[in-house]
Amino acid sequence: MADQIYNAIFIGSIYALFALGFTLVFSVLDILNLAHPALFTLGAFAALFAMQQGVPAPLAVVIAFIVCGLAGVVLDRVAFAPLRRRNAPPLSAMISSIGVSLILIRLIQLKYGPDLQAYPAGSLPAAVFPVAGLQLDTLRTVIIALAVILMVALTYLVRRTRLGRELRALAENPRAARLLGIDVDRAIAVTFFLSAGLGGVAGALYGFATNSPYSQMGLNFELKAFAVMVVGGMGSIPGAVLGAYLLSFGEIASLVFLPSELRDAFAFGLLFIVLLVRPRGILGERSADRV
Amino acid sequence: MDDLQAFFEAYQTTIGFIGINAMLALSVWLTLYTGQLTLGNAAFMGIAAYSSALLTMKSGFPFPVALLCGAILAAAVSVPLGATVFRLRGVYLAIATLAFGEVVRVIILAIPITGRGQGLVGIPPKTELWHIFLSLLVIAVVCARLRVSMVGRAWAAIREDEVAASSQGIPVHRYKLAAFVLGALIAGWAGGLAAHFDFAIGPDEYGFARAVQILVFAVVGGIPNVLGPILGAFLLTALPAALQPLQEYRDIFQGVILVLVIVFLPRGLATLLDLRRTVRLRRVGAEDVA
Repeated sequence: MADQIYNAIFIGSIYALFALGFTLVFSVLDILNLAHPALFTLGAFAALFAMQQGVPAPLAVVIAFIVCGLAGVVLDRVAFAPLRRRNAPPLSAMISSIGVSLILIRLIQLKYGPDLQAYPAGSLPAAVFPVAGLQLDTLRTVIIALAVILMVALTYLVRRTRLGRELRALAENPRAARLLGIDVDRAIAVTFFLSAGLGGVAGALYGFATNSPYSQMGLNFELKAFAVMVVGGMGSIPGAVLGAYLLSFGEIASLVFLPSELRDAFAFGLLFIVLLVRPRGILGERSADRV
Repeated sequence: MDDLQAFFEAYQTTIGFIGINAMLALSVWLTLYTGQLTLGNAAFMGIAAYSSALLTMKSGFPFPVALLCGAILAAAVSVPLGATVFRLRGVYLAIATLAFGEVVRVIILAIPITGRGQGLVGIPPKTELWHIFLSLLVIAVVCARLRVSMVGRAWAAIREDEVAASSQGIPVHRYKLAAFVLGALIAGWAGGLAAHFDFAIGPDEYGFARAVQILVFAVVGGIPNVLGPILGAFLLTALPAALQPLQEYRDIFQGVILVLVIVFLPRGLATLLDLRRTVRLRRVGAEDVA
């Protein structure tokens, strides 16, 4: 039982990191960035590449953050910026992000193939330590701690700093933000850097925990992230964190009480019910009829 | 003449799937034309594919009856679904219909008669190319006629401004539901044809990836008219087949095309069809109309 709670906290932390980046772009720019799962995968493989060159694991996570962050900025310049200039509907942005995602996943496959990979032997901590009768492994515990730190840091950044104020102003009204002297292009670039960087870190950490990164690893998370965001409230950062842990605990509970085929049904059933009963989600502020 | 016949035989599968994909693209076009983003058509396709295949395989129904039953079942499921989800708009609607698709996939996996994860194998190959293209022709003509009818005007009005449309006396909810149910019927018909065109079907064929693919056909082709989705399905089905020798780079080409089309032809490939009108409009400064 305690074992499963620990596991739920771990999976929830990965869901949260993944969904935070997803929701950040959505809240600031109203874009559903379907290339986010590809950036998640890129994070796992950027860390793999670095560690194959002999870089230690903690540094590899930092490299994954930076590589994916930069990839996110490039993604915006290539796929979203031209559409923004012409005021294209959000649907167009979704489609062009699918295009970038196809390209990115295939590039990863060209280098590493479609099969499961593994991180270099001995490069990840394997130690297990007992706490109150539980066998906790170092790796997962560090991952949970790191995820929580990143969530707090992002919340602080958006709520309390000048940059966060700029992002919120941009989310409210891009034209007014520009009139107020906010460097909108820079703010958008920062949004994408943070979003993609978080996605990349989530990918690297999940890759470490399973030690089997593969090119399609982001797909399942994409669908789960929709559930996380809707349940918590689209575009809400605390909502994404809450939704992530709700989903992971719910999934573990459904695994205990329901037949295993129905595990995935839990996420989507929950998603469906929330959309019908309270479409703006638990912590959502906007009404659901906004596009 | 022999060359032509050889060509058809060699590429029969690709040609058939161009037609099926074009029908699917038209099925989602109906809701897109009404300004609603739904991603449930892959699930409707799956519902009809499974039910019609089971009817021909296990109950010995004649092929056309099984096809019709499958399509009607898909449409019947879409009525209560549409009645509930059309309270939502934009991405919320898209995600709700997507969730429905995943629930359908899980249900298929949980029912023993569907073969669960293995899917159904040994479906009688009853679909001929002419079935597919006759269906496509009928569907395309119906959609084109609908577009210029009162119904089509109402759909366009809802797309442009829902509140204004409703204040003009258009029963918005009912028209949205009509587009959705008709789309489900078409997707179901295409699903039944696809199941009897292939030898086997599996639960993963009707998931998220398929839903997105159908949407991409329609959007890359263009929503303004009926030819757009057909063109999009043609290009994006024929191209991967033509690039078979370069299979490794196929996704990259497809991705590049998606981005290029969306960035340079935001209204889809169909804009190319009336390029002259576009140029003329641009000259008078009505760029956004084009």
